[in-house]
Amino acid sequence: MTPPGPLVFHLGASHHTAPLALREKLALPPERAAALHARLPTAGLPELVLLNTCNRVEFYGVASTPADLAALEAAFCAVTGLAPADFSAIRAHTTGPAALRHLLAVAAGLESQLLGETEIFGQVKDAYAAAQTAGRAGPVLNRVFQKAFQAAKHIRTHTAINEGQVSVANVAVELALTVFGDLRSVRILLLGAGDIGEKTAKAFQSRGAAALTVANRTPERALALAQALDATALPFEHFPHHLADYDIVVGSTAAPEAVVHAAPVAAALDRRRARPLLFLDLALPRDIAPEVAELENVYLYNLDDLAKIAAQNLAAREAEVARARTLIAVRADDLWHQILTRHG
Amino acid sequence: MPPLTDRTWLWLASACYLAGAALGAIALLRGRRGSTAAIYVVLAAGYAFQTFGLYLRGVAVHGCPLGNKFELIQFTAWSAASLYLVVGPAFRLSLLGFGTALLAASLGLATLLFPEWDAARRTHLFGGNPWIEFHAALALFSYGVFGLFALVSALYLVRHHGLKNKRVGGAFALLPSIRDLDVIGLRLLVAGVALLALSLGVGSVWWLREPASVNLFKLLATVGVFLAYVLALALRLKGRLVGRRQALAGTGLFCAALLSLTPVNSSRPPEGAASPPAPEVSAR
Repeated sequence: MTPPGPLVFHLGASHHTAPLALREKLALPPERAAALHARLPTAGLPELVLLNTCNRVEFYGVASTPADLAALEAAFCAVTGLAPADFSAIRAHTTGPAALRHLLAVAAGLESQLLGETEIFGQVKDAYAAAQTAGRAGPVLNRVFQKAFQAAKHIRTHTAINEGQVSVANVAVELALTVFGDLRSVRILLLGAGDIGEKTAKAFQSRGAAALTVANRTPERALALAQALDATALPFEHFPHHLADYDIVVGSTAAPEAVVHAAPVAAALDRRRARPLLFLDLALPRDIAPEVAELENVYLYNLDDLAKIAAQNLAAREAEVARARTLIAVRADDLWHQILTRHG
Repeated sequence: MPPLTDRTWLWLASACYLAGAALGAIALLRGRRGSTAAIYVVLAAGYAFQTFGLYLRGVAVHGCPLGNKFELIQFTAWSAASLYLVVGPAFRLSLLGFGTALLAASLGLATLLFPEWDAARRTHLFGGNPWIEFHAALALFSYGVFGLFALVSALYLVRHHGLKNKRVGGAFALLPSIRDLDVIGLRLLVAGVALLALSLGVGSVWWLREPASVNLFKLLATVGVFLAYVLALALRLKGRLVGRRQALAGTGLFCAALLSLTPVNSSRPPEGAASPPAPEVSAR
């Protein structure tokens, strides 16, 4: 049953309802979005915001009648080339206070694939700004989105929904901060040129790491990755003699056995005096010999350790979901009453 | 209303320090960072009460109140609180305020709960010689610095234990980074050694003039503490005493420094030998 008042709705699909292959078809890059808007009945859909991210394509709007909503759905299917029956199978659609709750939950990161992530907040803001620029945000959506941003900030401040990192690369960076405080004077040695090592190196660079060096058994790949990351390359066979120069060593080679052993690390520690050494072993089989962890002033974390910390952080976030949803429900219902009062 | 005595003010100070420690502990139990500003204000209030209490005691004993174990430990706690209030915020080290409050409360309450430590009060302890008084006050102030060094070392040990055992969430997440703790620890060690060296330098001038004026036990205890800290600093600068070992040394040496106060105190002339007992002074 449609609630009384203006027909405020949310319509779309996300990672919750559609697999990646389908979401790829649903994506609306600018030119397709423009084509879609050209097909829409302007009078019947006076307000419309399109949220288009890698995990969701969603419309938030105000429709004059249910028929206008059906027109939006038909236009969307036409532009994306998706059969209406296929879209029906994956679509999510809510109206009234339920639509408001959904938007608030999305903005707060509760509906994100990586629970509590903050990037979605900026994406929702961008979507709203684009609608404003195009003149498609009116009095109802202006109020709705402003309140959604306030609610999202409130949820992030008053719950632990975005505390702790939940990806291996970010957990690695968090660990580095735990050891070194900040990364501006931290030098990183990346062993191997694999995908996970590259992701972790990028995460370190994004947090301001002072310098990055790549050492790989295939020198060409080391050089290529070093160029891509604006880093320097080091011949693989030389790295044991240079361990003292680095604060963090990230192991991500495909070597069949450990490539970092206790003896060169102990020698490096003598030269480093009081500075600790952090080893992040992301390789399988492991790159760093376990006895390295026994050395004074050395901290060694392998893939399992990082994954376990990420899982603990995620569990802590999940434990906050119910509390966050209760806060959202209160705010969404209050917002709905305001809409009924002013626009009903 | 009866006038407030020096001990009453020192009780109030300890209560404030305890409140600061409680604020920090509650925040820790809730898995959140406590309000640094709130703890700072409570510590500052405790410091004001303690300063006034020690001032009243100083008026009563006609000098810096360092005449018995009660006064020595109170002065050490006051020194640690002084240092935190002046330079603590610049360190930007989370939990340092909580730790300082805990340290000051522990030392303060310990002295107040053992009345025998304050049974004998000595007046005119320094015979009107301001240099001896300066030497003694500076030595005790350096103990306060070493107290903060011990506190930072304790935080280091907890952080180190957490990192080695892969425990970084919950309360561990609120601890400062291991590198920050190491850097601040070194600064405190250098400051403590410098202050104690200056104190011993001043004291040695008078000792060389009158070697018999200093009890051998006191001399051995004080110089022993000083040499132990100098050795720790030298090994640290050489890179031989780092990380967990340095932190263990920091906590262990402070315990030894506190224990050394017993021979220092017992070396003083017995109550009544030098001067009549001091009256209890109250604020009116």
